[in-house]
Amino acid sequence: MSAQEAGAAAAPTPKYTKKDFESDQDVRWCPGCGDYAILSAVQKSMPDLGIPRENIVFISGIGCSSRFPYYMNTYGFHTIHGRAPAIATGLRVARPDLKVFVVTGDGDGLSIGGNHMLHVLRRNVNLTILLFNNRIYGLTKGQYSPTSELGKVTKSTPMGSADRPVNPLAFALGCGATFVARTVDRNIQHMEETLKRAAAHKGAGFIEILQNCNVYNDLAWNVIYDKTSKLAYELRLEHGKPLLYGPPDARKAVIMDGVMPKVVDAKDVQESALWIHDEKNVNAAKILADLFAPDFPVPIGVLEAIEAPIYEEVILEQEQRAISDRGPGNIAKLLTSGDTWKIG
Amino acid sequence: MSETAAPVKGAKARRELQRAVIRFAGDSGDGMQLTGEQFTTESAWAGNDIATLPNFPAEIRAPAGTLFGVSSFQLQFGSQRVYTPGDRLDCLVAMNPAALKVHLRDLKGGGLLIVNTAAFEKRNLDKAGYAQNPLDDPALAERYRLHKVDMTGLTHKAIADLKLDTKEKDRTKNFFALGLVSWIYTRPLEPTLEWIGKKFTKSADIAEANTRVLKAGHAFGETAEFFEEAYTVEPAEMAPGLYRAMTGNRALAWGLLAAAERSKVQIVYGAYPITPASGVLEELAMHKRFRIRTIQAEDEIAAVTAAIGAAFGGAIGVTCSSGPGIALKGEGIGLAVTAELPLVILNIQRAGPSTGMPTKTEQADLMQALYGRNSESPVVVLAPATPGDCFYIAYEAVRIAAKYMVPVIVLSDGFLANGSEPWLIPDPTTLPTIDVQFRTEKEGFFPYLRDAATLSRPWVRPGTPGLEHRIGGIEKQDVTGNISYDPDNHDHMVRTRAEKVRRVAQEIPPTTINGPATGDLLVVGWGGTYGSITAAVERAQAAGHSVASIHLRHLNPLPPDLGHILREYRKVLVPEINSGQLVRVLRAEYLVDAVGFNRVRGLPLASEELLEAIHQLIGSTP
Ligand code: SF4
Repeated sequence: MSAQEAGAAAAPTPKYTKKDFESDQDVRWCPGCGDYAILSAVQKSMPDLGIPRENIVFISGIGCSSRFPYYMNTYGFHTIHGRAPAIATGLRVARPDLKVFVVTGDGDGLSIGGNHMLHVLRRNVNLTILLFNNRIYGLTKGQYSPTSELGKVTKSTPMGSADRPVNPLAFALGCGATFVARTVDRNIQHMEETLKRAAAHKGAGFIEILQNCNVYNDLAWNVIYDKTSKLAYELRLEHGKPLLYGPPDARKAVIMDGVMPKVVDAKDVQESALWIHDEKNVNAAKILADLFAPDFPVPIGVLEAIEAPIYEEVILEQEQRAISDRGPGNIAKLLTSGDTWKIG
Repeated sequence: MSETAAPVKGAKARRELQRAVIRFAGDSGDGMQLTGEQFTTESAWAGNDIATLPNFPAEIRAPAGTLFGVSSFQLQFGSQRVYTPGDRLDCLVAMNPAALKVHLRDLKGGGLLIVNTAAFEKRNLDKAGYAQNPLDDPALAERYRLHKVDMTGLTHKAIADLKLDTKEKDRTKNFFALGLVSWIYTRPLEPTLEWIGKKFTKSADIAEANTRVLKAGHAFGETAEFFEEAYTVEPAEMAPGLYRAMTGNRALAWGLLAAAERSKVQIVYGAYPITPASGVLEELAMHKRFRIRTIQAEDEIAAVTAAIGAAFGGAIGVTCSSGPGIALKGEGIGLAVTAELPLVILNIQRAGPSTGMPTKTEQADLMQALYGRNSESPVVVLAPATPGDCFYIAYEAVRIAAKYMVPVIVLSDGFLANGSEPWLIPDPTTLPTIDVQFRTEKEGFFPYLRDAATLSRPWVRPGTPGLEHRIGGIEKQDVTGNISYDPDNHDHMVRTRAEKVRRVAQEIPPTTINGPATGDLLVVGWGGTYGSITAAVERAQAAGHSVASIHLRHLNPLPPDLGHILREYRKVLVPEINSGQLVRVLRAEYLVDAVGFNRVRGLPLASEELLEAIHQLIGSTP
C-alpha cells in the first residue's frame, strides 16, 4: 500500500446522508422504471457502508441499467457492452483499496458479457455486482433477452423466441460465486439489506435484482408484485430459519424428498424434517436457485455466502512474497543480469 | 595423431571470413533452437555482430520426421555490422531427410552441407517423400560441399559407458553438430560448457554426456580428413560497452519494467495467450518484484478492458496480443480513445488473415492499427526496428500514453519477437523521464479540462477526495465531461482527439537519414524490415549509387520532417511485408509517387531481392 493509499484509509469517514451520493446529472430513465427505486436504495444504503465516498467506484457496461454511474456522486465509469466485470477486475488489481460496484443487466451481464461474468465470479474478485433483471432489452427498444421466457413475442421474435432462458442465480452458483442473492425493485427495505450484506462480503457478491421495465416488459415479475400472489409465493430466505412461506392460514414448506425439492403443507411436516436454510451449503443454494412459481415459491434473499480466496489478494500476496524473498526489482540490475559480455 | 601436438586451433588451415550464414535444421525434437541459441552465444563471445531467425512449426509436438515438423535456427555473424539473419546459406546442417528437403534450396551453390547420415533410413526418407536416398545422388556432392557424418553413431560411441538409455543418448546428438560447426567456424566452447554445467545440475550423467558429445563433435572436425578447411570470423567493430543477447519479446517486457520503475506508476498488464505474443506475458510474470501486475484474462476483450480499468484506477494499462486478438480489442481501444486514458497495446504481428501462419512473421497490421476501429478513433502508433529497439519503443509508448492520456499501439512482429541481436545495455538513468502528475487539486477541476501543450485531460486516481467524477463511452462535452449529443461539440471532440494525437509529433526527434540528404532514391521502411533494408541500401551505396534510407519508428503521427525529406529524392521505394500499407499512407499524406516492394511470405524480406528492386528502380544493373 502506498503512502497515499494508507493516508486515505486513516482519515475518519465523514457522516454521509443519501444526498451526498446524488450526482448533479438529470436521471434519464423512463418514468415509472424500476431503476429509480434501485438507485434510491443504493444511494440510501451508501452512508451505512462506512466507506469514504472517494473510495467508491461504480462501473457499468451498456444498457438502461448501465446509466447508473452517472447518477452516483462517486467515481464512476460507464464503459462498453458486457465488459464491466473485466474492467472492474483490472481496477481492483490496480487498486485493491477501492470499493468497486458493477452495475449490469440481463443482456449486458449474461449475454454479451456472459463470459466475463463467469470469470469474475469464479476468480472471486472483491466486487459487488448488481444485475438488474427485467427480462428484456430496454435501451434497444424491446428485443427479448437471455432471461426472457421461451416463446417470448418481441419485435425481433414475432413468432416467439426459440431459446430457453438462463437463470442468473443458477448461473452465478455454477460459476462458483461465493455470494449469491436475489432482491426485488419494489421492496426498498429488502434491497437495502441485501445490498449492505453483499457490499460487506469478501469476494464477488452477486445480486439479481428483479426489475420492472414498464415500457417493454411491464409486470414481468408480477408474481411477486401482485399482493396476493406475493403473499402466496415469496419465500424469504433467512440463515438458520426453515423454508416456510405462504399466507398465515396456509403456510407451506419446501422440503427435500430424496434428491428432489418438494412443497408440502407446513402443518404436515415434523419440525425435524424442515429444510433449514444454510447460506454455507452450496448444494442447497443450487437447488433453491431453480425454484420458481407456480410449482415452487420464489426465493428472495441470500442463497449462498461462503469464503474463498480473493483473486487480487492472491496477486498482491505473490508480489509481496517476491519482494520480501528477493528485494524490490531494479532495472539496472536486471539489464546486466545473466550472460553479458564486454566490448572495448 | 601427429607427433607434435599442435594447438587445435592452428592444426588446419583457417580462412578468414567477413560473415557467414548458418542454419541448423532438424526435427522438432532434435533441439535445433537450443543448438542455434548456443551457437549464437558462442559467436557473441567471439565478438561478432549477429542476427538470428528461429523458425519452428506451430504444432507443439509435430510428428517426427515429417516435413511440417521441421524446426530450424538461422543466424548470420560477422566482423562488420550484421543487419539480417541472411538470405542464402553458407552452411546448412540437416539432421534428417525432412530438414534437407525443406531447406536445401536456400543453400548457396558450393555451400557447406552437413548431414546426419544415421537419420537417412527408409522410414524417414518415406516421410520426407524421398523415393531414393538423396545422399546417394552424385549431383548433391557436385553442387555442394557435402559432408556425410554419422552423428548418431559417433554420439553413442562417445558416451557408450554412461548409464543413460538410448533415447537420452540420442537426444544429445545436437551437441555433436554444435561441436562440429563450432570447430569449423572457430567458436569458443566455453559458453556452452558453462551452460551445460548450469543447466543439468540434477543429472551428472546428462551433463557429462552433453559435455563429451560436444567435445567429440569438435574433435571430429579437427581429425576428420574431409574437413579440408575451417574459418575464422574476426570480432566486429562495435560500440564499446556491456552487451547481452536480446530478443524482441523480452525487450518489450523489460522496456515496460523500466517505464514502471522510472515513472513510479503501477503497470497492470492484461493478456490472453496467443502466438507469438505470449512470451511477453510469461517474461513479465517472472518479475513480480517490479510491482507489475499481470492478469491472464479470459479473452482478448477482457485483457484490454482490464487494462483500461486499471488505467482508470491510476495505473498504466498494457495489453498485448497478435493481429487476431487486436481485432477483438478494437472496441475496447475505442473506449480508451474517448475516455482518454493511458493504454499501451502491443501487437506482435503474425501472418494472417484469421489464424494464418501463427509462427511466421508479417507486418500487415499497420492499417488495422491506424484505422481498424469504428468511427474516428485515432491512436498513436509506434514500431520498433530491431529486437533491442523493442526496449526503447515499449518505454516510449508508456511515456507518450501517460503524457497525452492516449492509447499507443506498438507494432512488433514475429521476427523481432523471437529474433535476437547483441544489445548494448543502456544506463537506465539516461532514459527520458516519465513525469506523471495525478491531479489532486479540487479548485477548478473538470474531467476534460485540457493541458494547453498536450491537450491531455487530468488524470485523477479514484480515492482522491473532492474529485469524484464520471466518465464513459458516450460522447461528452469538452471540459465538463457531461454527456452531450450536441452536434458542434461532437465535431469539436472528434477534432480535439485527432489533434491530441497529432501533437505527439513534437516528441519525435529529427529523422536519421542513412545516406545522402538528396539523391536518386529514398527507401522508406518501418518495423522489423530495418535490417534487410539497411543491408540492401548499404550495398547499393557501396556500388556508388545515390540511395538513402530512413526507418520510421513513429507511424502515427508521422515525423514532422518526413514530407520534406521525401521530396529530396527522385524516387521513393517502400519495402514492406504486406501488400503495400505504409506506401498508401505516404502517397495519401504527402502526394508523392512512392512505390512498394512487397513480399508476403511469412519470412523477413530478402535483401538480395530488395537490392535488385533498388537497381531496377534507379535503372542500373547490380
Ligand atoms: S426502457 Fe425499460 S428498463 Fe429502460 S429505462 Fe425505460 S422502463 Fe426502464
